Amino acid sequence: MLQIKNLHASVDGKEILKGISIDVKPGEIHAIMGPNGSGKSTLANVLAGHEKYEVTEGEIFFEGENLLELAAEERARNGIFLSFQYPIEIPGVSMVNFLKTAVNEHRKHKGLEPLTASQFLKLMEEKKKVVEISSQLTNRSVNEGFSGGEKKRNEIFQMAMLEPKLAILDETDSGLDIDALRIVAKGVNTLKSPHNATIVVTHYQRLLEYIVPDYVHVLYNGKIVKSAGKELALELEKKGYDWIKNES
Amino acid sequence: MTEQDKILDTVTKQEYKYGFVTDIESDTIEKGLNEEVVRLISAKKQEPQWLLDFRLKAYRKWLEMKSPNWAYLKIPSIDFQDIIYYSAPKQKKQLNSLDEVDPELLETFNKLGIPLEEQKHLAGVAVDAVMDSVSVKTTFKETLAERGIIFCSFSEAVREYPDLVKKYLGNAVPYADNYFAALNSAVFSDGSFCYIPKGVRCPMELSTYFRINAANTGQFERTLIVADDDSYVSYLEGCTAPQRDENQLHAAVVEIIALERAEVKYSTVQNWYPGDKNGKGGIYNFVTKRGICRGDFSKISWTQVETGSAITWKYPSCVMLGDHSTGEFYSVALTNNHQQADTGTKMIHIGKNTRSLIVSKGISAGVSNNSYRGLVKVASRADKARNFSQCDSLLLGDKCGAHTFPYIECSNKTAILEHEATTSKISEDQIFYCNQRGIGTEDAIGMIVNGYAREVLNKLPMEFAVEAQKLLQISLEGSVG
Ligand SMILES: Nc1ncnc2c1ncn2[C@@H]1O[C@H](COP(=O)(O)OP(=O)(O)O)[C@@H](O)[C@H]1O
Ligand SMILES: [Mg+2]
Repeated sequence: MLQIKNLHASVDGKEILKGISIDVKPGEIHAIMGPNGSGKSTLANVLAGHEKYEVTEGEIFFEGENLLELAAEERARNGIFLSFQYPIEIPGVSMVNFLKTAVNEHRKHKGLEPLTASQFLKLMEEKKKVVEISSQLTNRSVNEGFSGGEKKRNEIFQMAMLEPKLAILDETDSGLDIDALRIVAKGVNTLKSPHNATIVVTHYQRLLEYIVPDYVHVLYNGKIVKSAGKELALELEKKGYDWIKNES
Repeated sequence: MTEQDKILDTVTKQEYKYGFVTDIESDTIEKGLNEEVVRLISAKKQEPQWLLDFRLKAYRKWLEMKSPNWAYLKIPSIDFQDIIYYSAPKQKKQLNSLDEVDPELLETFNKLGIPLEEQKHLAGVAVDAVMDSVSVKTTFKETLAERGIIFCSFSEAVREYPDLVKKYLGNAVPYADNYFAALNSAVFSDGSFCYIPKGVRCPMELSTYFRINAANTGQFERTLIVADDDSYVSYLEGCTAPQRDENQLHAAVVEIIALERAEVKYSTVQNWYPGDKNGKGGIYNFVTKRGICRGDFSKISWTQVETGSAITWKYPSCVMLGDHSTGEFYSVALTNNHQQADTGTKMIHIGKNTRSLIVSKGISAGVSNNSYRGLVKVASRADKARNFSQCDSLLLGDKCGAHTFPYIECSNKTAILEHEATTSKISEDQIFYCNQRGIGTEDAIGMIVNGYAREVLNKLPMEFAVEAQKLLQISLEGSVG
């Protein structure tokens, strides 16, 4: 589904990613862990197509297509979703208007008719239940005045609305209490199918108790220094990142 | 250039969509301005002596006045002798139905998305379409007449309701008010007149579409709205103009008079030709709009969405004479490419317990300059006057400018005046967030800009709000590279 081959990327002339290779197959969950500043968000943003990051070497294929040739909105319509570490506020733009536009862009890409207002609202009600998000939030402007936790929950709500093939969750767990964490995990697990995949970027292994990964990769200083099964997360938790730093 | 600026750069280079010229025989007089021309205009319109006198007084005053230079605008000097001051589409007789209207004229309206035929059927909107200087067709008149509402062209009002016109003309905007108002008072060709009788709530939005057409014709419209005691009216004005190379001068005057407990809402969507990407051509829009809340508890509310014109010089104002009266100003002004706008309002508090609210949203793109200029004045007898002003600026890219000039003159210690101002930029991250949800950059910018302007757009009547939203988006659109 997703092949990242020897990916190098830099921002403002500074190399952040220094040769990353990951292979994600349909149905899989990959966790990417690593200390602050190791390049996790950079990787997530490069996959989503943020223009600020320059890919200097390597390739990314998504369902056989060269991802690097696609603009961010095209990648999104092809089924790549990024749950932002720091979701952006867009004052005055209602969640309804924003999501309706997004959903209908996805439909247009698939050659489907746009949803009518009432069809859309029905879909929204359905998905709101999945992530237990209140109308108080969805009736507001995009992320405006949301608490950190509310923003994260709103990201998962949008993911549920857009039903991506590949979801990248960038520290969606940070700032969440245990209840919210469980709901986010429920959202991810409900969406899980043999046809889609998830990349979970996280700092702590806590989330991985709810979203069980098939693979854990440790990113350090722009490189994957270790890849293994889910037990690696536990080991990291016990030994701390210094263990990795010392080894690499 | 950063990536964001590159995007904004291409996005903001959209060509004007309504650039076309209609070929209609015009009845025009020679270029130039002198006392004879003023007399000729008045004669062509078969006006009464008092109106000719009004024009002549205004003309003589204008000769003594100087073009204002205090605005943050670069105004090329205007050759007033190179302008045609009267032009009317040739019409042989009074028209009884739309079938008799010049098909080409109707076609122009259609290109603009104003199908007059359909307008007739559209519930709740009466249209007084002004093509150049003479009203071509007035609809819904009968429905309005049943309630005693007068809504007609200014010339017709002069003929049919001379006493009303004479009583209120120049009340809100005296002929000597400013350079452009004096010019308008001397040479105004036509416009709209509206009178809402005592106790009547106008059941529909009154709507006027203005259009500048004949080449080299200065457009001098005059609108007079009088709301008698306990009446209410919502009035819409919208305009587009064909593309051409010579700059065109437009100096309209709008006067509103609200009597005891009367309320007038005046909404404008202005989309005149702004000039091309290099700043060539475009309309000069020097408008004087003022309302007087003459009665106690009366209210006048201006809402404007300004996206067009090469130069905009416009300050819809409220004079709150009556006690407990209210003035409001909601504005979105968008400038792109080489456009310049210096716009804002004056809120003059004279009565006691008067209130005013100013919400101004400037949007600048390209290499344009966008200024807010507002005056809040509290007279000594205006006890407990209140004003709240919110002036926001949004910048797209880093080559444009936003400026805020708030002035306060307060002569009463019990007044409470508050002012808030912000300046922000559309961030690359906001656009990326939209992109990541599958929304393209043009749509994202349109969405963000509309979100920013929402507080003002919400004040527009529904169908106008939709049009205005599209307009904001179109004004910023282009080919995204
Ligand atoms: N605009 C930038 N200019 C220079 N360095 C940057 C920029 N953005 C991020 N970085 C650096 O890139 C590295 C990786 O950041 P990030 O991907 O956010 O790490 P993580 O998500 O793993 O905490 C950090 O050292 C950070 O300081
Ligand atoms: Mg991060």
